[in-house]
Amino acid sequence: MVAPPLSLDVEGLAFAYPDGHQALFGVDLRIGRGERVALLGPNGAGKTTLVMHLNGILSADTGTGRGTVKVAGLPVAKANLPEIRRRVGIVFQDPDDQLFMPTVREDVAFGPANLGLRGAELDARVDEALEQVGMAGFADRPPHHLSFGQRRRVAVATVLAMRPEILVLDEPSSNLDPASRRELAEILDRLDVTVLMVTHDLPYALELCPRSVVLSGGVIAADGPTAELLADRALMDVHRLELPYGFALPDCERCAPVDRRRGRVPSDTSEQG
Amino acid sequence: MGAGHAHDLYRHADTPLHRLPPQCKLVAVLLFVLAVVATPRDRFWAFGVYALLLAAVAAVGRVPAGYVLRRVVVEIPFVVFAFALPFLASGPTVDVLGVDVSRDGLYGAWNILAKGTLGVVASILLAATTPLRDLLLGMERLRMPQLLVQIMQFMLRYSEVISGETGRMKVARESRGFQARDVRQLPVVAKSAGALFIRSYERGERVHLAMLSRGYTGTMPVVTDVRASAAQWGVSAALPAAAALACAVAWLAGA
Repeated sequence: MVAPPLSLDVEGLAFAYPDGHQALFGVDLRIGRGERVALLGPNGAGKTTLVMHLNGILSADTGTGRGTVKVAGLPVAKANLPEIRRRVGIVFQDPDDQLFMPTVREDVAFGPANLGLRGAELDARVDEALEQVGMAGFADRPPHHLSFGQRRRVAVATVLAMRPEILVLDEPSSNLDPASRRELAEILDRLDVTVLMVTHDLPYALELCPRSVVLSGGVIAADGPTAELLADRALMDVHRLELPYGFALPDCERCAPVDRRRGRVPSDTSEQG
Repeated sequence: MGAGHAHDLYRHADTPLHRLPPQCKLVAVLLFVLAVVATPRDRFWAFGVYALLLAAVAAVGRVPAGYVLRRVVVEIPFVVFAFALPFLASGPTVDVLGVDVSRDGLYGAWNILAKGTLGVVASILLAATTPLRDLLLGMERLRMPQLLVQIMQFMLRYSEVISGETGRMKVARESRGFQARDVRQLPVVAKSAGALFIRSYERGERVHLAMLSRGYTGTMPVVTDVRASAAQWGVSAALPAAAALACAVAWLAGA
């Protein structure tokens, strides 16, 4: 049996913006189908730049770069962009940027309609996506009449409606009140899709993503089980990652012994640019 | 059809007028206004006919007179000049309530006022019975350039977001002791306006990114189709047809 291709395969990705600012210095990242991975890193680490490469918004064409990105085996290249943008569903941080149509229904329909779906098939896709995020009753509402948490959920639905291979979430928990935050976690937890979650919210990463990667200084500085990375004080400190005040990691059987982790830190961070 | 987007002018109800496809109503209003404008200004009875026609339309759409009249005030800035005309225009004068005013000016004022008001009332009736979203769909249906429809659609979506941002900037200014008392505070307000422009511009870029990420290629997919049947076109032709008839009679028969 042939294993299914990786959902995401990033190899040696480097990128500099036209103004000369180099954001990525050779990123390697492999995410298997169905995995849920948190992308952690301090501000300015290149997280957004990396995300923008995943669906070809940024590429060697828009700056200077090298390396490859493949989504389920398909390279991100100009000729493949429509299919790549179907496969990679990005949920942006501000739902007001993502929800630009007059009603929720039209907004969720925007993506699949761009793929050529019409009529009953399109309606079914919209209903299914809204159902997945628990917003089925809000299809005909204008987005600005929804609460922030509801808008974030609809933003997730707009992307799910395209049946993506990988769901990329940019700070999904930002600006949510605790109840909305939990509701979104429950929704994300139920989804049967590969997830890459960019976040500063370490408890959220721990809750939802068994695996985390730390992007720092434009390279992947660490990659491992989330609980293990978060327990590694030295690693965390180097990359300006912190648990919020009052938080302690729950006991974790999979965490490796302390001294072994300590020993690994230098090699994990040595490739920083 | 698109869902009701609540705005100030729309009045939710389920009447034959509300159910007519938006493009039919748009065309009807346009033709009606053309007939009104084409009517000679001294055929007073014709304007009475137009007013009656609009009253009938309002009755079908169950739009109360008070609702319309309160909104007619939007035309005041535009017709205020009309009130000055009788005093400014030259030529033969007539006596009105003991004041000598220009006859031509009086006709001119009446012309602007009557035609303006009829046009505004027709538009108010259109807006009161058609959600904004549907108006845009209707325009799209009528082959209005997609780009213009998209711009209006984004205005519709983002006007509240941007006014919210304006409001927060105002609160932020005032929370730090700023008071707009006179023109000396103008530079601060101007800078805020500039900042708001830049913020909106940046939001535009982010929205565009989000659109590209979902496969946008320059045209909006037409998702909600508002088709009009021949019968619906026929029904909506009633208003402009009656108005055109009145206009034609006014030209042929005289005052």
